[in-house]
Amino acid sequence: MVGILEDKDRIFTNLYGLQDWGLEGAKARGCWNGTKDILDAGRDWIIDNMKNSGLRGRGGAGFGTGLKWSFMPKEVKDGRPHYLVVNADESEPGTCKDREIMRHDPHLLIEGCLIASRAMLAHACYIYIRGEYVREREVLEAAIKQAYDARLVGKNNVHGWDFDLYVHHGAGAYICGEETALLESLEGKKGQPRLKPPFPAGAGLYGMPTTVNNVESIAVAGTILRRGAGWFAGFGRPNNAGTKLFCVSGHVNLPCNVEEAMSIPFRQLMEDHCGGVRGGWGNLKAVIPGGSSVPMIPAEQCEDLPMDFDALRNLKSGLGTAAVIVMDKDTDLVRAIARLSYFYKHESCGQCTPCREGTGWMWRVMERMATGEADPKEIDTLLDVTTQVEGHTICALGDAAAWPIQGLFRHFRHEVEDRIATYRTGRLHVQGASLIAAE
Amino acid sequence: MSVRRLAKEQPASFAFSIESQVKADWWIAKYPAERKQSAVIPMLWLAQKQEGWVSEPAIQEISRQLTMPVIRVLEVATFYVMFQLQPVGKLAFVQLCGTTPCQLRGALDLKAVLKAKIGQANDVSADGKFSWEEVECLGACCNAPMAAINDYYYEDLTPESLAQILDDFAAGKSPQPGSYDGRKASEPKGAIQTLIDPSLYDGSLAQKITIPNLPSAAPAPAPEPAA
Repeated sequence: MVGILEDKDRIFTNLYGLQDWGLEGAKARGCWNGTKDILDAGRDWIIDNMKNSGLRGRGGAGFGTGLKWSFMPKEVKDGRPHYLVVNADESEPGTCKDREIMRHDPHLLIEGCLIASRAMLAHACYIYIRGEYVREREVLEAAIKQAYDARLVGKNNVHGWDFDLYVHHGAGAYICGEETALLESLEGKKGQPRLKPPFPAGAGLYGMPTTVNNVESIAVAGTILRRGAGWFAGFGRPNNAGTKLFCVSGHVNLPCNVEEAMSIPFRQLMEDHCGGVRGGWGNLKAVIPGGSSVPMIPAEQCEDLPMDFDALRNLKSGLGTAAVIVMDKDTDLVRAIARLSYFYKHESCGQCTPCREGTGWMWRVMERMATGEADPKEIDTLLDVTTQVEGHTICALGDAAAWPIQGLFRHFRHEVEDRIATYRTGRLHVQGASLIAAE
Repeated sequence: MSVRRLAKEQPASFAFSIESQVKADWWIAKYPAERKQSAVIPMLWLAQKQEGWVSEPAIQEISRQLTMPVIRVLEVATFYVMFQLQPVGKLAFVQLCGTTPCQLRGALDLKAVLKAKIGQANDVSADGKFSWEEVECLGACCNAPMAAINDYYYEDLTPESLAQILDDFAAGKSPQPGSYDGRKASEPKGAIQTLIDPSLYDGSLAQKITIPNLPSAAPAPAPEPAA
């Protein structure tokens, strides 16, 4: 056996698309089994069991899923319908797990939508899928049609909970992965995040009580309740329960998605599932452990590192979406982070000044750092600017733009300083016309 | 943010084809009747699928159908970067992912291929058949480097395979989307060690089960004898 998790405990049994994604195949793999019993057990039972399972939201923030569901009003009042919205706008660089769920195990997601909607008294659910996932949307639409035809969902379905499920798509805006920007976009507007409060559970889609959950959080719900909260809670360290899809990309021999137990040691994840780091373990330089928004960690901190929320937070990084970007010793880290800075500059929605102006400023300075055409004093100025963007915007995109840069300088400042020194060697006048920062 | 403006040269008119209009009405029906402006993104997308890009008359037609002010539709069309505001290559429009995970695995080499074979980014080739642009993360990082060509993903590319794909398009063929490294999806290439237990797939998981921890009030279904 490789890794920690055994095959019998994997939730996404068609992760690699080697089996039938359709209804018959999904049923044979245990999907839609006992769903009616789960729904009949009622709202409180579902929410209590989700809480007991210890599932933390899989979209990046790691907020308790059961707790989030419990924030919805306990009854539908004043004719204000409740909505479930599934966030399938997967755009965090490094992350490609929801895609596999939607095109290979769509019925787990549909079943999860029904269960979650029952728990939050919603009769309608929208799945917001990113516009680029055209093939994935086609499969998901086809799977939903199968579920309607089999009367698993829809009005007067066999489960006794009227439920309509719709797919909506975006058009290439990373910011729409932020839950209130997603709701704005779903309402047919620009995807600019809303101020909170009010939180979506009070006033979300069309001003109605709404909960927004990640695809993976919803898709695991059916299996968790089928097998029991205790089963799920048995994996991983306390407060970091369950199984998790890890997306490993970058400099490994076998980049892949794999479902593993939470808290699996990083080195075991690399060597058991991904064929090891390119050039051997000793060739590892740094890792971005949770999608581009979290700060990188250097190789020496990866030796006995459990991959979970708390361990990575203690290293001033984060598990995020568990999208592991591996970088070996050949990597130009400054160039890699400068490219991420460009990403955030491109994806800033333009609503808050610190982010709209700051992301472009940081990118331009990072580009110069990458060539070495900078003054060593500018490093501190840059770090100062990151702290002025971080925490001063409506949503977390400002933070996400600041953290990769902070992570780079926390661990590899010497590398940038060396590069600047090398660039300056032999040049008499470095500071001059070519220095650009703010436009 | 990026500055995005409508093209200088605009067609005189736009109308949805019958087929696109059926799809548009299907989208509008997904939302509560008084919220039909939710369909603006799918409808702009349909217009783009029909014409290849989003023109000003298309924006006006959509604003009429959704009873939205034109400026609101224009706002959406310019905010979302998947809407092409000028014509793109008719035969193959390549969107190369250039974000860090793809860059680490060789997206820069692919960029050189595109420059050599098509030209500068965002320029349509002289025959109008090809164009390319660099886009941000497309969410297929385990299959990096990759590009979306006419909406579908071509994954695990090398400079050679990308050049071959472009040649195939030019020769009038339609190359298959998917991995060009012999993979089915995002499994570890040639070394699948998980999801191999046959009991996951023999139907035993579909046998009637008793949900654990059910409230005592709900009658537990009697377990069915194994067939």
